[in-house]
Amino acid sequence: MSKLDKNSAGYIFGFALAIILVCGVLLSVVSGALAEKQYEARELERKTFILKAALGNEIAEMDGEKVKAMYESRVKESVIGVDGNVKEGIAVTSIVLKKEYKKLEKDGTPRAGEDVNLPVYEILGEDKTSVEYYVLPTYGFGLWDNIWGYVALQKDLNTIQGVVLDHKGETPGLGARITEDKVQSRYQENKTLFDGAELVSIKMMKGEGNDYSSNQHAVDGMSGATLTADGVNAMMKNYMKLYLSFINSKKS
Amino acid sequence: MSTETQAVENVEVKEREPLFSKKNRKLINNPLDADNPITVQVLGVCSALAVTVSLIPTLVMCISVLFVLIFSNLAISVMRNVIPGRIRIIVQLLVVATLVAIVDQVLQAYAYDVYKLITVFVGLIITNCIIMGRLEAFALANKPWPAFLDAVGNGLGYAVILIPVAFFRELFGSGSLLGINILGENYPGNGVMMSPVGACIVLGLIIWFQRARNGYTEEA
Repeated sequence: MSKLDKNSAGYIFGFALAIILVCGVLLSVVSGALAEKQYEARELERKTFILKAALGNEIAEMDGEKVKAMYESRVKESVIGVDGNVKEGIAVTSIVLKKEYKKLEKDGTPRAGEDVNLPVYEILGEDKTSVEYYVLPTYGFGLWDNIWGYVALQKDLNTIQGVVLDHKGETPGLGARITEDKVQSRYQENKTLFDGAELVSIKMMKGEGNDYSSNQHAVDGMSGATLTADGVNAMMKNYMKLYLSFINSKKS
Repeated sequence: MSTETQAVENVEVKEREPLFSKKNRKLINNPLDADNPITVQVLGVCSALAVTVSLIPTLVMCISVLFVLIFSNLAISVMRNVIPGRIRIIVQLLVVATLVAIVDQVLQAYAYDVYKLITVFVGLIITNCIIMGRLEAFALANKPWPAFLDAVGNGLGYAVILIPVAFFRELFGSGSLLGINILGENYPGNGVMMSPVGACIVLGLIIWFQRARNGYTEEA
């Protein structure tokens, strides 16, 4: 039997092509089969984050089904433009925050001609009629990669109820600490966005272990992660500016 | 003539070899201790330092490595006679990368929380020297069954070091085990154990202990 020459160019090309095909098909089948489950996992995380920002850490301990049911009954979703008006007919789930973020200039203002969509979540009280909290999604850039978060405001649209922050690639143990409850809870100490009518936002300061209880616009920082904190501050300020018309329209 | 019968006899002897012969058992036992991939061969240390902050991600990481190692060893062993020698490394890499991508996708679907914590390191399994090392040194030259045992042995050898490291790091770093608080709410935590430096120290102590017990000496 004539044996195939395993070192001939033809054999090598053929083998490479065949194994690439097999691996490629295998991967696309797996990815396709799991796509729905992955979407569900991401959706559950979004719902958990929104509820957690407004209602506190116990949400994170809750069972997934319970979170979904609670979200269903207590969250009203809408999409607004920078003018603060609700855009009818756009589902919140169709908005990709990362894409909306790309429509912004470095200073957070929308690029000329770009129409920015902003999701707004209204959390209803136990009675399910009146709005108790507003949860506003934010998106920005940390030290290495994108960061995002949900800011929950109380009924006065000024006092922070809570925040949930997340990131793609901040340094573990340093910038990545923005995901820790301990860091996020620093925003819950009666911090406010406005000074009178002026939007000041809230700044995470440099250094750690300082007391900012007398300053309503500052929170304690993360030692060794000042650049990530700067990113969080810019994200917060830029997005609150985008939501400003909405906030003012709800206030009046 | 005589050499031919000799060869035939040899083949028959091999076929009669029991599944768990002494040689095959060694494939599993050796990497657990005397030839451990981490403490003796000092491979895969990057992930040993990185993922061992707490037990749950460590366990998931160990299972992922075991899965990738078993299936890549099997795949390469099955194909060992058809893989062209000149592109064997890239073929190994492709097989490993495909398996790692599958693990990553499965974690994303079924363990999203853990996925977010360790997805970076799961991706790095591709370059884990333990896996490439086993493929190159063992799977390419052996039948699927020994290759499978070799993968199980080395995967467990990886786990048997990572899990104790994670145990001590989580216990002393954050005062908990598997996320359950053990040392009380007032335990302040230990920053050194939380950082990779802590892993390096614990790993060093384990290597010290193991070498002292086995009487290992560095080959000149």
